[in-house]
Amino acid sequence: MTDKFISIEGIAKRYPGASGATTTIFENLWLSMARGEFACVIGHSGCGKTTVLNILAGLDAPSEGAVIVDGQAISGTSLDRAVIFQSHALLPWRTVLGNVGYAVSSKWRSWDRAKVRAHAQTFIDLVGLTGSEHKRPSELSGGMKQRVGIARALSITPKMMLMDEPFSALDALTRGTLQDEVRRICLETGQTAFMITHDVDEAIYLADKIFLMTNGPGAVLAEVVENPLPRDRGRIDLHRHPLYYALRNHIIDFLVTRSKTFTTETPHHDPRDVPLVQIGKPGLTLAAGSDELRQTWMPETNPGLSA
Amino acid sequence: MTSSSLRLRAGLVSIVLLAAFLGIWHLATRSTGATTTMSPEYAKLMGLTATQGKSAMPGPVDVGAKLWEHVRRPFYDNGPNDKGLGIQLGYSIARVGTGYLLAVLVAIPLGFLIGMSPLLSKALDPFIQVLKPISPLAWMPLALYTIKDSSISAIFVIFICSIWPMLLNTVFGVASVRKEWINVARTLEVGTVRRAFTVILPAAAPTILTGMRISIGIAWLVIVAAEMLVGGTGIGYFVWNEWNNLSITNVIIAILLIGVVGMLLDQILARFTRMVTFPE
Ligand SMILES: Nc1ncnc2c1ncn2[C@@H]1O[C@H](COP(=O)(O)OP(=O)(O)OP(=O)(O)O)[C@@H](O)[C@H]1O
Ligand SMILES: [Mg+2]
Repeated sequence: MTDKFISIEGIAKRYPGASGATTTIFENLWLSMARGEFACVIGHSGCGKTTVLNILAGLDAPSEGAVIVDGQAISGTSLDRAVIFQSHALLPWRTVLGNVGYAVSSKWRSWDRAKVRAHAQTFIDLVGLTGSEHKRPSELSGGMKQRVGIARALSITPKMMLMDEPFSALDALTRGTLQDEVRRICLETGQTAFMITHDVDEAIYLADKIFLMTNGPGAVLAEVVENPLPRDRGRIDLHRHPLYYALRNHIIDFLVTRSKTFTTETPHHDPRDVPLVQIGKPGLTLAAGSDELRQTWMPETNPGLSA
Repeated sequence: MTSSSLRLRAGLVSIVLLAAFLGIWHLATRSTGATTTMSPEYAKLMGLTATQGKSAMPGPVDVGAKLWEHVRRPFYDNGPNDKGLGIQLGYSIARVGTGYLLAVLVAIPLGFLIGMSPLLSKALDPFIQVLKPISPLAWMPLALYTIKDSSISAIFVIFICSIWPMLLNTVFGVASVRKEWINVARTLEVGTVRRAFTVILPAAAPTILTGMRISIGIAWLVIVAAEMLVGGTGIGYFVWNEWNNLSITNVIIAILLIGVVGMLLDQILARFTRMVTFPE
C-alpha cells in the first residue's frame, strides 16, 4: 500500500436527528486504494455505503475528515471521477448518443459536433450498443440503459469509476455479461474502481479488495479482504478455485453474524489500521472466528483441487 | 383497428347529438303562426315576436344565416360600433397575446430563480399565496387609475391573470427536477447556466408548458369580461354591444366563436406540451 491513489482520511457523516440530537452514520472512517485497483464495498442496507461513495464522488461533503485523490484533497465533483448510478440516471429526453455526447461535450467543451459524436460512438460500440444510438432511454431494456450509463462514465476517460450497485436491478444473465464487460474494460484501461454491491459473487469476481462494513448507525470499516483469486479469473469457473469457498464463507459469515456483533466484540478496533485479511495465507490472516474455515479451505489440505 | 372504429363511432354519435340539438333548438324557436286579436299599432310595436308567435330567441337558421354574413365580411369597419367579427376577435387575440407573452417573459425566468433557490422560494411564498387568489378583474380599477389607458389596462389584467399558473408550475417543475439528473450534471462539472438549459429546462418543460396551457385558458376567459368592462373593441365588447342592441343572434355567434378560439389556443399549447414531453 505504498501508492495511495485514493485516501479517505477520517471522514464522518452526521445528520441532525430528532429533538436536536445528531445521528452519526459513521465516523473516523479510513480507507485507501492503490491506482488501478478494483474495490468492492459490502455491508448491510443503510450502513452508509452510498454516503461514502457520494463523498468520494464529491456529490456530498463529509461532516469531518477529507478525501485525498492523487495527492490532492477533493472539493466537489470532478470529471476525473465518473459515477455509474444505480438508477442509471440517463436523461430521458436525449438519445443514447445524446446522453453519451452530453458527457463528452462537457469534458471537451471546444470540440465540434462531429468530434463529440465520433468519440461518443467509440464508447457506445465498446459497450455493445452499436445500432441503438438514436433510441431514447424509454426504448431500452434495463441492461441496455445500464450500458449507456457505463459508456457515459467511460467516455470522459476518468481516473476512477464509482459504481453504486450498478447491476442490482438486472437479471442474472445480463448482470453476468455486464460484469464481464466492466471487468474487461477496467483491466484494459487500468481504471481504479470503487463499487458497492450486495452480491458476494460479484465482489469475488470483480474485486481485488473487498471492504466489509458493519451495520449502522455508527458503522465501521471492519476488514479489508484481499481477493486470493488470480487476476485472470473467469466468471464461469470461479467456484473451482480452491480458495473460492473460503473467501465466500468468510464474507457471508461476516454479513450474517459478525457485521452485527463486530463493534462489541472488537473494542480495540483501530479504524486507521483496519485488519487486512488474506485468505489462504497462514500467519497473515487476521480475521477472528474464521480459523475453522481457513483450515478447511487451505489449498494444501485440498490436494484434489488445483488453482 | 379497434381504436379507429371507436373514433368513427364516436364521430357518428357527435353528429347525431349535434343534429338533435339543432333540431330541438329549431322546434323550440319556430313561429307558431299569426296570433289574432291585436290592434295593428300594438302589433307594429312588438314586431314579429308578438304578431307571428315567433320566439324572441333566434333559431339555428337565423344564426346560420347571420354567421354566413359575418364569415363573408369578417374585416369590415363602419366606425366604432360596427366592425367585422374578424377585427373584434383580432383585437382580443392581440391583447391576450401581448399580456400572455409578457407574463411568459416574467414568470418563467422568475420561476426558475425561485425554483432553484430555496431561500427565494420561502421568502416570496407569502406574496404569491396572497396575490394568486385575487380575481384579475379586481385589478381593473387600479390599472385604469394608474395606466389611464383602457386597452393597456386590459393587457395588464391578462398579464396578471396568466402569470400565476405559469409561475407556480415553473417553480414546481424546476424544484422537483430529479436529483439524479442534477447529479449527472454535477459529476460532469457542468456550470450553472449550462445546467439550467441542458438539464433543468428540459426536465421541467412539461410542467412549465402545463402551466402555460392553464394560463392561456384563463387569459381567454378573462379577456371577454375585461373587454366588457373597458369597452371600445374586442369580442367581449362586441357581446356587450350586441346585447345592448338586443341582437341575440350576434351574441350567440360571438359565444360560439369565443369557444372555438379558446379551443384553438388550447390545442396549440397542447401541441407544444406534447413536443417537450419525454417518455420515462
Ligand atoms: N438526508 C438524510 N437525512 C438523514 N439521514 C440520512 C439522509 N440520507 C441518508 N441517511 C441515512 O444514512 C444512512 C446511510 O444511508 P446510505 O444511503 O449511505 O445507505 P446504504 O449503505 O447505501 O444502503 P443501501 O444498501 O440500502 O443502499 C441510512 O441509515 C439513512 O437513513
Ligand atoms: Mg445505497
